[in-house]
Amino acid sequence: MSSRAEGELRYTANTQLEHLHARYTGTGHADITKYDWLTHQHRDTLSSIPGHPTLLSYLAIADGEAKGRVKFELAERMLQPCGPPPPKEDD
Amino acid sequence: MSSPDTPRLVDSFSAPKEVLQEFADLAEEENFDPFAETASKRQVAARQSDYHNRRFNREGVESADAFKQGGDAGDSGYKEAMRLQMLEKEEARVRRAIEDKERKREEEEGISAADLDKTPPRAEFQAAEKELAVISAGAKRKRRWDVAEPSEVAKQEPESTGEWSEKALEESAPKKRRSRWDATPAEASAVAETPKRSRWDQAATNTEDDAPMAQIIMNAPGLNQDDKHNRYLTDEELDAILPPTGYVIVTPPAGYAVNPARKLMPPPTPVYSGFQIQEDSDAAAQAEAAGLAPDLPTEIPGVGSLAFFKAEDAQYFAKILKEEDETVLSVDEMKERKIMRLLLKIKNGTPPVRKTALRQITDKAREFGAGPLFDKILPLLMERTLEDQERHLLVKVIDRVLYKLDDLVRPYVHKILVVIEPLLIDEDYYARVEGREIISNLSKAAGLAHMISTMRPDIDHADEYVRNTTARAFSVVASALGIPALLPFLKAVCRSKKSWQARHTGIRIVQQIAIMMGCAVLPHLRNLVEAIAHGLSDEQQKVRTMTALGIAALAEAAAPYGIESFDEVLKPLWLGIRLHRGKGLAAFLKAIGFIIPLMDPEYASYYTKEVTVILIREFQTSDEEMKKIVLKVVKQCAATEGVTASYIKQDILPDFFKAFWVRRMALDRRNFKQVVETTVELAQKSGVAEIVGRIVNDLKDESEPFRKMVMETITNVVSSLGASDIDERLEVRLVDGIIYAFQEQTTEDQVMLDGFGTVVNALGIRVKPYLTQIVSTVLWRLNNKSAKVRQQAADLTTRLAVVIKQCGEDQLLSKLGLVLFEQLGEEYPDTLGSIIAAEGAIANVVGMTQMNPPVKDLLPRMTPILRNRHEKVQEASINLIGRIADRGAEFVPAREWMRICFELLDLLKAHKKGIRRAAVNSFGYIAKSLGPQDVLSVLLTNLRVQERQSRVCSTVAIAIVAETCGPFTCIPAILNEYRTAELNVRTGCLKALSFVFEYVGPQSAYYCDSVVTMLEDALTDRDLVHRQTASTIVKHLALGVAGLGCEDSMLHLMNLVWPNCFETSPHVIGAVMDAIEAMRVTLGPGILLSYVLQGLFHPARKVREVYWRIYNALYLGAEDALVPFYPDLGELSEGQNVYDRHPLQMFI
Repeated sequence: MSSRAEGELRYTANTQLEHLHARYTGTGHADITKYDWLTHQHRDTLSSIPGHPTLLSYLAIADGEAKGRVKFELAERMLQPCGPPPPKEDD
Repeated sequence: MSSPDTPRLVDSFSAPKEVLQEFADLAEEENFDPFAETASKRQVAARQSDYHNRRFNREGVESADAFKQGGDAGDSGYKEAMRLQMLEKEEARVRRAIEDKERKREEEEGISAADLDKTPPRAEFQAAEKELAVISAGAKRKRRWDVAEPSEVAKQEPESTGEWSEKALEESAPKKRRSRWDATPAEASAVAETPKRSRWDQAATNTEDDAPMAQIIMNAPGLNQDDKHNRYLTDEELDAILPPTGYVIVTPPAGYAVNPARKLMPPPTPVYSGFQIQEDSDAAAQAEAAGLAPDLPTEIPGVGSLAFFKAEDAQYFAKILKEEDETVLSVDEMKERKIMRLLLKIKNGTPPVRKTALRQITDKAREFGAGPLFDKILPLLMERTLEDQERHLLVKVIDRVLYKLDDLVRPYVHKILVVIEPLLIDEDYYARVEGREIISNLSKAAGLAHMISTMRPDIDHADEYVRNTTARAFSVVASALGIPALLPFLKAVCRSKKSWQARHTGIRIVQQIAIMMGCAVLPHLRNLVEAIAHGLSDEQQKVRTMTALGIAALAEAAAPYGIESFDEVLKPLWLGIRLHRGKGLAAFLKAIGFIIPLMDPEYASYYTKEVTVILIREFQTSDEEMKKIVLKVVKQCAATEGVTASYIKQDILPDFFKAFWVRRMALDRRNFKQVVETTVELAQKSGVAEIVGRIVNDLKDESEPFRKMVMETITNVVSSLGASDIDERLEVRLVDGIIYAFQEQTTEDQVMLDGFGTVVNALGIRVKPYLTQIVSTVLWRLNNKSAKVRQQAADLTTRLAVVIKQCGEDQLLSKLGLVLFEQLGEEYPDTLGSIIAAEGAIANVVGMTQMNPPVKDLLPRMTPILRNRHEKVQEASINLIGRIADRGAEFVPAREWMRICFELLDLLKAHKKGIRRAAVNSFGYIAKSLGPQDVLSVLLTNLRVQERQSRVCSTVAIAIVAETCGPFTCIPAILNEYRTAELNVRTGCLKALSFVFEYVGPQSAYYCDSVVTMLEDALTDRDLVHRQTASTIVKHLALGVAGLGCEDSMLHLMNLVWPNCFETSPHVIGAVMDAIEAMRVTLGPGILLSYVLQGLFHPARKVREVYWRIYNALYLGAEDALVPFYPDLGELSEGQNVYDRHPLQMFI
């Protein structure tokens, strides 16, 4: 990548990227950590299941719980679905 | 002028005419500059009015940053500014007093010459003439003024100072006279103390006054006397120019004073005006600056070549114009030169040079510091020869630098404001916007408190110009920092006891806030109204007027809400209109006009009745401004719900028509418009018949502008309300009047034409009885000698065609059609265009089969006309031909159509998009009737031409042919053509395919496999554009075939597109990303995710960046659908972090 093009990217693409991040959670960037990315995946999964009622029923039957209960538990899991964030390495 | 009986003065005291003429000619030859005229138009100062140019009289003061820790806020704080301002005021007062005294004294002496703006009384001329006569007779006369230099007297040229003795000097004066504006009477006393100097010496001398403070603005070298343009001629120079005999110095008239700005200007002080320092080493550059070295540099050391370089620039940039030993310079001097180089690059450089310099100056702004930067930038902005582009660039520099400097800018706020405020009243919209942006950024950087303390002294400045611009600047501050923050200050200012100017400005700030912020004032409306309400009963007339204007602006901004906030001003306003006259009344009426529309219907009706009395009284006014306001208020009142039709009919209409429907009102364009608008508004309430009935007879008035005003009103009324209200008798009068007015017009314009068309179309079938008469008028005018008349007749035919058909008068149409057909040989392109359009309109309503002349005759006649280069003709012909191709192609032989096809190719080069679009569509119609082969071969051959626009249009046309005749007819031909070795043709083919697939959508599924090999080739081509266009094809193809079972070939194309994701050229990467997005739709996000996962955590950042970009696009497009495809990363779990997605691992 030439330096000029890089400069352009810095001024156009990245500014757009910042907008994107501000507006949509779940988008990532080149420096994202494994933890952050996976947390997003988990949240997406947890929110997707109640959106597909058949899948929700399936889970409810497998768990032997009421659908409402399953839904509630999924919602509860949304907070830190992968546990607390790992300590920062560099400080 | 002198009375006729005095003997005409011979030019015995002047040089012979031919000598003067010779010098004038010489001067003209040498100084003739062909660009001078346009240059002065580009120059901001040359274009602007005297009022705008008052900005040059301002000066900025530096203020300390009160917020800075440990800084010395000592001398130059708010207190100091206020002190200076008081001083200035006092000075102005003293000057006025002296002036008054002077005038009184002179009046006593019988010469009142103090006011040079006024024509001096005749007695003065006679006195002057007598004096001149004496001089010319050679008699020595005692001089009050230049006794010291009697020897020079005989040689001197009589200087014309203002209009004084213009008649007497008519013959002798030098060609270019100094205008009387140069002479400022006010400082008469100040100059009167230097009696020894000759008139010419004074200005050229640099009076070594001690400057009271740094005047960065006035130090602009452009204003300096040393400038060769502004410098007066010295006595020596005059001696050299003029013949030794025949000239005398006449005494200046009493009360004449040399322009004080020149006289009193202090010399530059070294600290603040870097350009002016007279160092020995600068001598050469300084000489150059003074214009002694005529040729201007094009290459500046350390700057490189510039786009242009003006003489004025040499003064500002003198220091960097020559090579100097950089080792002997101090750090500050180096910095200064660096800034100057960057500024010169920005101001005069080519775009790329400018861009880098702008970035550098922004990046280094804090390093340079606010002082050095603004000391260089601001004088440039005050240069009189500044042009728009330069101003724009310099303002941009300030904007960028402001961001970086932030609070460091505080000491320079006033200086910046002095330079930027004039932008707020510039006539150019973009300049105003730029000014607002700078001031808004400035106030965010400096903070409210500092802005207020800086601008406070200007609020009651003696000069109205300063107060005006300050008010506007304050309104910008309010919009930047929020109205609530400024409100306490505003309230205090509006109640100021110290001076009415402060109250006036405070109220004007509120007005400007309302104008600028619009409905955003609503939350603070009550506070703002309360702040200024008391001004309605102020003792100063000007304050009362401004208050009313402020309330008007607030009401306008708040409409249609917020009437409750105006409660407290209603009473004073309505009382006020009974107390005031003239300007004040106009302002009050304006405020009322804006408040009434906010009211509830019943209140509106009551208050309207209250104000109507005054309005009707003011109908009689002779003041133009008042007339406009009255009309506007009537319009606003009439538009309110509460005002009834009967009230308008009884109480307003009779007086209204008597006062405003007179010939005189039609003469001024603005009055004309206002009357029409108001009458139309009244018609909305009172009905069409009422208004039209009153004015219809005036269609036969003898004054043409008045007839036009009537016609325009009728047009607007009828087009908004229809003609159903018009009874039979009125209808007869109306049509009769319209035909009369149409025939009698001497200047053909749109108004009569529109009026005729609108009324006839509104009447519809009722117009049948008059049609014969109308058509015969049209036919007669079609054969008129004047091209304009013929054009108008043709335009009228266009508008009438539909109605004539409605009335079933087909034979009239065919008659018109034939006459128009015969007129196709017309030589005036505008007229020809109208005639073709009229023919088209007739063909439209009659249909191709009934058309007379028959289509098979009409079309061959059109073919040569297509070659006409005139835009209007082109557009009209292409529309007609397109219509025929669409509806009646079978009536014309195929050979004729092919001929037209070739002509159409030329139209693809047209500038107007409408023409190109019509031409491209015509290709589609023609191909439909002829079959695609021939048309297609014409278009494919056209891909070889040079012009890009023509090729692009051909590709679009190919795509349209493909759409109308089926893709199977075109795609093989395109694929075949793609094998041509020529790059343009190949790109053209790709483009055409891309349009084809865009247009045919799902049909693409049948052709998907046939184009794969070609796309393979294109996507692996070395040429970027090829891959870009191929990616676009893939995008359209993929979107077209989504869900139609072409996944295998799509996956193959995906593999070819994917490696292109590392392209950096914006268009290419855009096309590639689009293709990948389209693939998400066809292949599903799961497959795409498997591609993306490869690079999300790639060790190279550049790879990761691209892949994350694709991932994000994918994620936004199919967030939910990705859930099942995320890889199972449970094995990465460590410690507290468990990455298993348990809910997805359950099974029964």
